[in-house]
Amino acid sequence: MMAVSIKKHPMPEQDPKVRAHNFNEVALGYDEETAVAEAERCLHCKVPQCRKGCPVGVNIPEFIAKIKKKDFDGAIAKIKESNSLPAICGRVCPQENQCEKYCILGIKGEPVGIGRLERFAADTEMAKDKEIKPIEYAADAQKVAVIGAGPAGLSAAGDLARLGYRVTIFEALHTAGGVLSYGIPEFPLPKDKIVKNEIANLEKLGVKIELDSVVGQLYTIDELMDEEGFDAVFVGTGAGLPHFMHIPGENLNGVYSANEFLTRSNLMKAYKFPEYGTPIRVGKSVAVVGGGNVAMDGARTALRLGAEHVYIVYRRGEEELPARKEEVHHAKEEGVEFKLLNNPVAVIGDDKGWVKAIKCIKMELGEPDESGRRSPKPVEGSEFEIPVDTVIMAIGQGPNPIVARTTPGMETNKRGNIIADDETCATTKAGVFAGGDIVTGAATVILAMGAGKKAAAAIDEYLKKKRAK
Amino acid sequence: MFKIIKKECLSPGVYRYDVEAPRIAKKTQPGQFIILRVDEVGERIPLTVADFDRDKGIITIIFQVVGASTEALAALDEGDSIMDFVGPLGKKSDVRPGIGTVVCIGGGIGVAPVYPIARGMKEAGNKVISIMGARNKDILIMEKEMADASDELLITTDDGSYGIHGFVTNALQTLIDRGEKIDVVYAIGPVVMMRSVVNVTKPLGLKTVVSLNPVMVDGTGMCGGCRVEVGGETKFACVDGPEFDGVLVDFKGLMERQGMYREQENVARDHACKIGLGRVK
Repeated sequence: MMAVSIKKHPMPEQDPKVRAHNFNEVALGYDEETAVAEAERCLHCKVPQCRKGCPVGVNIPEFIAKIKKKDFDGAIAKIKESNSLPAICGRVCPQENQCEKYCILGIKGEPVGIGRLERFAADTEMAKDKEIKPIEYAADAQKVAVIGAGPAGLSAAGDLARLGYRVTIFEALHTAGGVLSYGIPEFPLPKDKIVKNEIANLEKLGVKIELDSVVGQLYTIDELMDEEGFDAVFVGTGAGLPHFMHIPGENLNGVYSANEFLTRSNLMKAYKFPEYGTPIRVGKSVAVVGGGNVAMDGARTALRLGAEHVYIVYRRGEEELPARKEEVHHAKEEGVEFKLLNNPVAVIGDDKGWVKAIKCIKMELGEPDESGRRSPKPVEGSEFEIPVDTVIMAIGQGPNPIVARTTPGMETNKRGNIIADDETCATTKAGVFAGGDIVTGAATVILAMGAGKKAAAAIDEYLKKKRAK
Repeated sequence: MFKIIKKECLSPGVYRYDVEAPRIAKKTQPGQFIILRVDEVGERIPLTVADFDRDKGIITIIFQVVGASTEALAALDEGDSIMDFVGPLGKKSDVRPGIGTVVCIGGGIGVAPVYPIARGMKEAGNKVISIMGARNKDILIMEKEMADASDELLITTDDGSYGIHGFVTNALQTLIDRGEKIDVVYAIGPVVMMRSVVNVTKPLGLKTVVSLNPVMVDGTGMCGGCRVEVGGETKFACVDGPEFDGVLVDFKGLMERQGMYREQENVARDHACKIGLGRVK
């Protein structure tokens, strides 16, 4: 047997100094030679562990085997049996906590670069501009409404269409993609090249997307089912209302939710202002509060928009940062400064209502809390100020209330998340299914896609029974 | 795409568009708003609905040119289309029978959003007294519509060129002084005006509803840009409002937040001039 290299083949990347000032994609992708060489690292275990780490159950060893044999069409076909958005997942999945976490090679060295190979397979296919055959629907095909064109909705829609259902996605914004369009920036996930392309493929398949349609306002779910002729509904409206800390000064000018900051830059293309009409204000120094992927996206966007100092203010330590390690590494390389073990206690404004500083208190780590992370405690009398022009709150989101408050019979929990069955995504209202962040609270793209997939299967079961009646 | 069926210039820089949006017209209620985007590079602009005609499938918007984005909107002609038109957004007004006497106050182009509320209140059988104010006679809008929607209409102009010489608050004071039993006041207009109205009504314990139009991006509760402090709590105007109890609104904070992009607005206007956009036809 060939000796297997202990390390993954490195991902070619834009130089950190250069990329910190542009919005182009950071990771450039494997070329064919590197991809085949990386695929050759796979041991093809008799009992592959990697698959159990994949929320949508991609047949990882088989697609890698096909890359090894340079059968790239075969590789992408294998992936697409389980994952309808591989170019996206290959880029934004936290593989280190999923498939790659279970890879045997990871015990002594680095796991196989499964995500990088998935991306390679998807990009190779995309470059060929393969024709997609529209689905031929039966005359009496049942109709399913999907609410929200984000990861959960797109994945449910793709699966349902392939099962022969006529699917219409209702999207509130003027662009489909949900968090893929408004939340995740261009530099990890290019919009025109990747997101729009994947969505266009779904449309070619026969999925209809109605933009600018806020369900709960324009239609209620009851109206969709009773008047518009939909036989089932999938709710994938995602994480909604941004959380704030409820500290003094949070409504000053210059305080953004990460959602707003990223939406302005990503969806509205404020990074091209004034060519694009939506403004964004960054200033010289920016504090981003939070330690997750969204915080990293916000910090790295602020740098690219011209900020000279960008700080991550996080109340726990480096080990506890919930963001992907790769993203933390990228942020550091680009010059983001980490102010760890600090918790904001107030935003300080000038006499005209503008942010001039963020006041923090130093923290120390105590015993692990229920999440298993060591819980931070403030160090008395350690308050200090960081002078900043902008504060971005990236501390999570709660559920959007619009659909729930107009859908009698569909119950929510205390937090306002829709109650849905773990396995079938069925809500308490007959014919209505829900999945993704609106059920679980803010999580990942791939988990939402996994939920969309489960829901599609359950909706198929439900509609089969309905047909039989 | 949403077609502009009719364009009318109401006063310099103020336009009225009838927009073909049958689905939205079917659902719109007084107090709600829409968000539009003129074209691919456009900002999302929130505008309160000035009128809706369910039979004809039309939403009427009235807007004032205040920056590059509204200039681009004003540059459209009858027959042109608006790229995105989203709605109805926000909660509807509490229009129902049996409220009693409703005073509807509109300042400047704030008359536009107050009109459907006045009409709805009257149709529901309430007594509607409306007050509309403007700087001068020439920029007064929707007088006839407001007269039809009200049992009594008082008009004020800052310079005395028409109606009562003074502000809407003077007219409101007149109603109070003559002993009019008022059950609720709706006040929509510039933030300073709404604050002045509340300054009159608050000491009297009069219920006062204001409609806010803060900086907003998505309008569906996602961005939090439209947050405003109401009774010490942070609320989002798009999903919790746009109407709030005026007595509880932090008007000072609201005014400060509206100045967030003043610098950028100038940059955008310069840009529009340079590339020859925003020439209003």
